[in-house]
Amino acid sequence: MTLPLPSGERVGVRGAAAPGAPALAPASSLARWAHRHARWLFPAPAVLLVAAIIAYPIVYTVWMSLQEWFISSLTAPKFIGLANYQKILVADARFREAFFRTVYFTFLVVTAETVLGVAMALLFNREFWGRGLLRTFAILPMVATPTAIALVFVMMYHPTLGVANYLLTVVGLPPFKWTYSSQTALYALALVDVWEWTPLIMLIALAGLASLPREPYEAAWIDGASTLQAFWRITLPLLRPTLVVAILFRAIDALKTFDIIYVITQGGPANSTETINILLFNQAFSYFNMGYASSMAVALFATVMGASLILIKVRRTTTW
Amino acid sequence: MVRAGRRRGRLQTAGFYALATLFMLPTVFVFYWMITLSLKPQVEATAYPPSFFRFTVTTRGYHEVFTKYPFLLYTWNSLVVALGSTALGLAVGLPAAYSIARWRQRRLALAILVARIIPGISYLIPWYVFFRQLRMVDTYGALILTHLIVSLPIVIWVMIGFFEDLPADLEDAALIDGCSYYGSFWRVALPLVKPGVVATGILAFVFSWNNFLFSVILAGRQTRTLPIAVFNMISYEEINWGTLAAAATLITLPVLLLAVVVQRHIVTGLTFGAVKQ
Repeated sequence: MTLPLPSGERVGVRGAAAPGAPALAPASSLARWAHRHARWLFPAPAVLLVAAIIAYPIVYTVWMSLQEWFISSLTAPKFIGLANYQKILVADARFREAFFRTVYFTFLVVTAETVLGVAMALLFNREFWGRGLLRTFAILPMVATPTAIALVFVMMYHPTLGVANYLLTVVGLPPFKWTYSSQTALYALALVDVWEWTPLIMLIALAGLASLPREPYEAAWIDGASTLQAFWRITLPLLRPTLVVAILFRAIDALKTFDIIYVITQGGPANSTETINILLFNQAFSYFNMGYASSMAVALFATVMGASLILIKVRRTTTW
Repeated sequence: MVRAGRRRGRLQTAGFYALATLFMLPTVFVFYWMITLSLKPQVEATAYPPSFFRFTVTTRGYHEVFTKYPFLLYTWNSLVVALGSTALGLAVGLPAAYSIARWRQRRLALAILVARIIPGISYLIPWYVFFRQLRMVDTYGALILTHLIVSLPIVIWVMIGFFEDLPADLEDAALIDGCSYYGSFWRVALPLVKPGVVATGILAFVFSWNNFLFSVILAGRQTRTLPIAVFNMISYEEINWGTLAAAATLITLPVLLLAVVVQRHIVTGLTFGAVKQ
């Protein structure tokens, strides 16, 4: 016979209520079995769904990348081994350009967003009237429907009727062609991304700044350090772990940018904004070249995973 | 001396607000421009130089959105898909989040995070092939299932935080009183995290509503969601800018309002609990 333990012993011990703990165990044997295996049954539906909609498609994509298959034609997929990879890595200049364009775009937006976001966080890291309002405004670009925002930018970027060029002439600058010239289109798109996501870095940096200790600053103050020195020597190193998380999330998402590019330029003019995402999307759903597009999907997947791993590693080696 | 100091302080404050305005102006301006364009008649919407404050207000753009396009059907489609994937995401995500928090299933949490990292476009080819074979392209089912990729990771990762914040003794007391894990989840844990569930649900809804990539391939004539409908509107070159802006305003305004309600959780949701506010 087991005596019920005094409840005080269990307080605060997570998961210590091991199998058999309940004094009044569930009645039926099925319920008892379910209770004992709860830790697997609770997440089971989610795990099954994730396996069905994520894991299986990935395996399928890898398998498809070894085939030649036009879904529009009636011929069955033909196994061609690594030929698709050989093509994207060596033969296809368009893929190579798209790849470097994707990386360049990501580098561009993440750098701009980090510099701007941190600058804004430093500015706003104080008590002031309108702080709440500022935070509210800051979240709006992140949650606004990207398609709708892209649409507004299409109208603002119009070379003759758009408000963007009007604002440029007001401050005395020559008008741009924005997304209508292959020289500026990628930068115009980067600007949309910067507009959308700088607030995220700002909010993350603000959260990081709020948690910084005060003592190092007091010590630096006494030692006669300047504000700039305090920023480089104290704030930035302390903020680094937070910033790495922010940059990690932004870099992963920037590599995957699709909506705004597809809506605003669809890769043009003259392929100047064709990132891997756009190229692969068109290969798959305009030319129905499924095998080849799959090999690009695997390449993109590898790039994103590689970027994540590098950044996670950077984070781990960060010393306070 | 005191007076000089005060003047300097005042100047600093003025400088701060000037800088703050400068930084926030682009954010506010894009929304301002979207809304004012939607209220302008075509002549003024495309006038150069554009008018910023004085213009004739008309609701013609909004009127056209509903009369020239089946906008109500698109709205309904968006609602069904976003609500469906949010409900399904909560139904399977809540128990999973509870279990991850309670039994510290870190590896499972990481697996879900990977789902968030993988480019959505790499699922799209197999899904398209499958759903075509199952004749499910242009059905709500296909859209709701695929939008789960958006909603499920958000639900799980945001809710882990809420479940971890629950005092452990409460649940242990329930277990000792003879509750099964299911009872303690349903009757103790869930009611306590209700505000979190609402916030998470709204987040999942917002990001499903915004999704473009999956719907553009898997939605058809019958199930086209708002982002796709608006995208298709651009292809007609001669379209009224007021109508375009009205459509953009209509699809993004509900999302903005919802986001303001849950603004405390947005950054947590976007960074998967890595940053708490």
